[in-house]
Amino acid sequence: MLVLVLLHAVVAAVVLSATRLRGTVAAALGIAVFAATAVTAALQGIGSDVPATQSWDWVPDLGLQLTTRLDGFAVVMVLLVSVIGAIVLAYSASYFEPGPTRVRFTGLFIAFAGAMTGLVAAADLFTMFVFWELTSVCSFLLIGLNDRSASARNAALRALLVTGAGGLCLLAAVILLQVAVGTTDLAELGSRSPAGAMVTTAAVLALTGAFTKSAQFPFHFWLPGAMAAPTPVSAYLHSATMVKAGIVLMARLAPVFGDLAVWRWLVVVCGGTTMVLGGLRAMRQTDAKLLLAHSTVSQLGFLTILVGLGIPGATYAGVAHLVAHAVFKAGLFLGVGAIDHATGTRDIRRFSGLGREMPQLAVMMGLAAASMAGVIPLLGFATKEKALVALLDADAGAATVVALVAVIGGSVLSTAYSMRLMRGLFATDHRVIDPEHVHHAPGGWLVVPVGLFTVASLLGGLLADAVGGWLQAPARSLDGVEHSSLHLWPGLNLALGISLAIVAVGAVIGWRVPDEVAASPVRVSGEQIFQRLFDGLLTGSKRITVVTQSGSLLAYLAVVMAIVAGVLVAAIVTDPLAGFDELTWSDGWMQLVVAAFAVVFAAAVIAVRERFVAALLIGGVGFACAVLFALYGAPDLALTQILVETLTIVVFLLVLRQMPRGFDAPPAWAPRVVRVVISAGVGITVAAFAVMVSAARTAPSVGETYAELSLPEAGGKNIVNVILVDFRGFDTLGEITVLGTAALGVTNLVRMARRRRRTASDAATAAAVAEAELS
Amino acid sequence: MNASLVVVIAVLFGTGTYLLLQRTLTRIVLGVGLLGNGVNVLILATSSRAGDVPLVGRDDTTDSVPQALILTAIVIGFAITAFLLALAWRNWTIDGDDAVEDDVEDRRVAKARQRVVTDVPDHEDVTP
Repeated sequence: MLVLVLLHAVVAAVVLSATRLRGTVAAALGIAVFAATAVTAALQGIGSDVPATQSWDWVPDLGLQLTTRLDGFAVVMVLLVSVIGAIVLAYSASYFEPGPTRVRFTGLFIAFAGAMTGLVAAADLFTMFVFWELTSVCSFLLIGLNDRSASARNAALRALLVTGAGGLCLLAAVILLQVAVGTTDLAELGSRSPAGAMVTTAAVLALTGAFTKSAQFPFHFWLPGAMAAPTPVSAYLHSATMVKAGIVLMARLAPVFGDLAVWRWLVVVCGGTTMVLGGLRAMRQTDAKLLLAHSTVSQLGFLTILVGLGIPGATYAGVAHLVAHAVFKAGLFLGVGAIDHATGTRDIRRFSGLGREMPQLAVMMGLAAASMAGVIPLLGFATKEKALVALLDADAGAATVVALVAVIGGSVLSTAYSMRLMRGLFATDHRVIDPEHVHHAPGGWLVVPVGLFTVASLLGGLLADAVGGWLQAPARSLDGVEHSSLHLWPGLNLALGISLAIVAVGAVIGWRVPDEVAASPVRVSGEQIFQRLFDGLLTGSKRITVVTQSGSLLAYLAVVMAIVAGVLVAAIVTDPLAGFDELTWSDGWMQLVVAAFAVVFAAAVIAVRERFVAALLIGGVGFACAVLFALYGAPDLALTQILVETLTIVVFLLVLRQMPRGFDAPPAWAPRVVRVVISAGVGITVAAFAVMVSAARTAPSVGETYAELSLPEAGGKNIVNVILVDFRGFDTLGEITVLGTAALGVTNLVRMARRRRRTASDAATAAAVAEAELS
Repeated sequence: MNASLVVVIAVLFGTGTYLLLQRTLTRIVLGVGLLGNGVNVLILATSSRAGDVPLVGRDDTTDSVPQALILTAIVIGFAITAFLLALAWRNWTIDGDDAVEDDVEDRRVAKARQRVVTDVPDHEDVTP
């Protein structure tokens, strides 16, 4: 399977890079790849008890590898992805005008199908995550295929953000599971029956990821928006494949986590809400494609409940309905696309009598819609019947009751919006003034695919017992339980009664509800909330930028210094009076006098308004410090300090000689009070900190080791010197490098300034000469 | 620890910080110098008691390691002072003063009120 996934990527790359390729050639290439995948999956997967596993070491040192395993469920999903992909690709060849867009679509489409194939065949969560992200990126590009339309770009971005966030949740879940359980292999996870707070968190995170991908409430809003994509994209990604990724994830994990109460309730509540809400929204739409999009949301809620619960019967029904939904929804989307292509509109209020103009399409779409509505004898009937039986039989407490209520309510709405769609598209409605007519009959390739899907729905229903038999192995590969098959005629029982009632009630509602009521605007939509959150995030981050990044160096410095003081205060309050008992006045009168000089000089530096005086005063501070060093027992420091201070004064004088004498007073950036408070705060807290730190030594200084080693190892008696030139010689080398760099910087700054002045004076001379010549 | 050095530390840090928060680059350089001296005194005073010179064979000496650190710091402090002074001088040759200006770009960002992503201009809204 990995080889085939790679083949998808290669072909996609070829198609995308060879822009001059003819669209039909590109499509043919894609269909060939899909066919190869489908045949391989069928040959390898069907009938063998040991699933074909393939794995490739990605980062062996980290134990990362990509692994695929073709168990029954994977085979069904790969077949769906490949077969539907091939049909949609053939359809798209007639749908798009020839040109670069069509080739780009084909390339991205193949890439997406490859990612999806890898996802459904993934044997461990890590592999699934990698392909999961790839599908998000590909779908972003496909939704935004029409990159000149702002709405398409926004829809693509929204889909990417929502599914991308879900991808991050999934990644977190993968990591948590790897840490807590030690494996992300799906089969291993099931056999180890993990438990604990970390595992529960991982389960909820994975479920969140699945909800975003499969458009479950409250993340459902991106899917209808994604209808900005061209119809083949919608038919493939947003009905048959991509949104099924979340369902696949839930189906894989439900046997592991299905017994967790939080998992079960999340699945039932979110799935149920999605199913009913999607159905209600579908009833309001007048754009046939949007109606289908909302119906997809509703059906995804249904699937979430079925596969997410992890109850054996429901899992089987979920797998079967997944197939049924993919088949009828792809057919309906392609049918709407054909009508759009023929008449130029998708607004169901604009049609009257289209059924007579396009009778074949009307029959085909009618059958597909009947499958969606759950009408006997189509596949949708059999699968929904199975779901009802499973939920009625289940004994998982209150959750299944809620699920059952939601499923019945949602199914009524399913029938209703199926009816509404068919009536709107094909029925004769005399109120429609100047209805749209077929401008040019759709080509065969726009109609035949719809027919293929319809035949599949019909045959699947008529041969429900056989189809159900084939689907037993896939469901068993998920939870390891034997399942009873689908039936075309299940016999007279409660489920059949409910099913018939659903169809009857739904049909009446769908026929009777007038368009005006249904099409009333929605008050609150997830889309608006998302947009508001998104805008809020942007403006909020901008506000933070405005506050934190004022552009004033001085404000930054003030914040830095205030934080220095604040951190020190936090350290000091832990033991406010430490060290104060060891405090003496001074080590001698000499020290006291010199300290007084240092204090006076420093205070004078901030008071004087002349540059020269300030430079001399700071030199004074430096010399005072040198004397303090000498008195403290550090003559090396004193010597260095005196040398450096002398040099500093020279440099100051060199520079200041050219600059104005006094400091002019540019406008202060903050009131003096603020500056004084910050400065005083820093001074006082650092001093208090010094007292505290001096009493905090717990271990002897490393200086003692150096003192012992100084003479024998380095042959020097002056320990400070030995440290500098011998023990820590490389540090001194670093210091010299800093000096050299600073010297280079100074040289360049001075030379640049000189050059500038010279050119300025040259220009002035030239101007004067020119003026003289003119006069 | 003795109080006279604590006072020196407090004053050097306080005045240094105050000068740092000025607009004139020369005064900022002075502030950096004062802070540098303050840090050196801080390290020396907190590391050990005053004592004899750290030579092999002497008793009751001061700690040698902080002295090696401070020696390095003094030299690097000089490099920084020289570099900042050169910057101040260059600023003065260009502007005629050595004031620290605000970053104009940041100010512009702060004033701008337009939306960032949602109002991307539309080229040509084609429905698919």
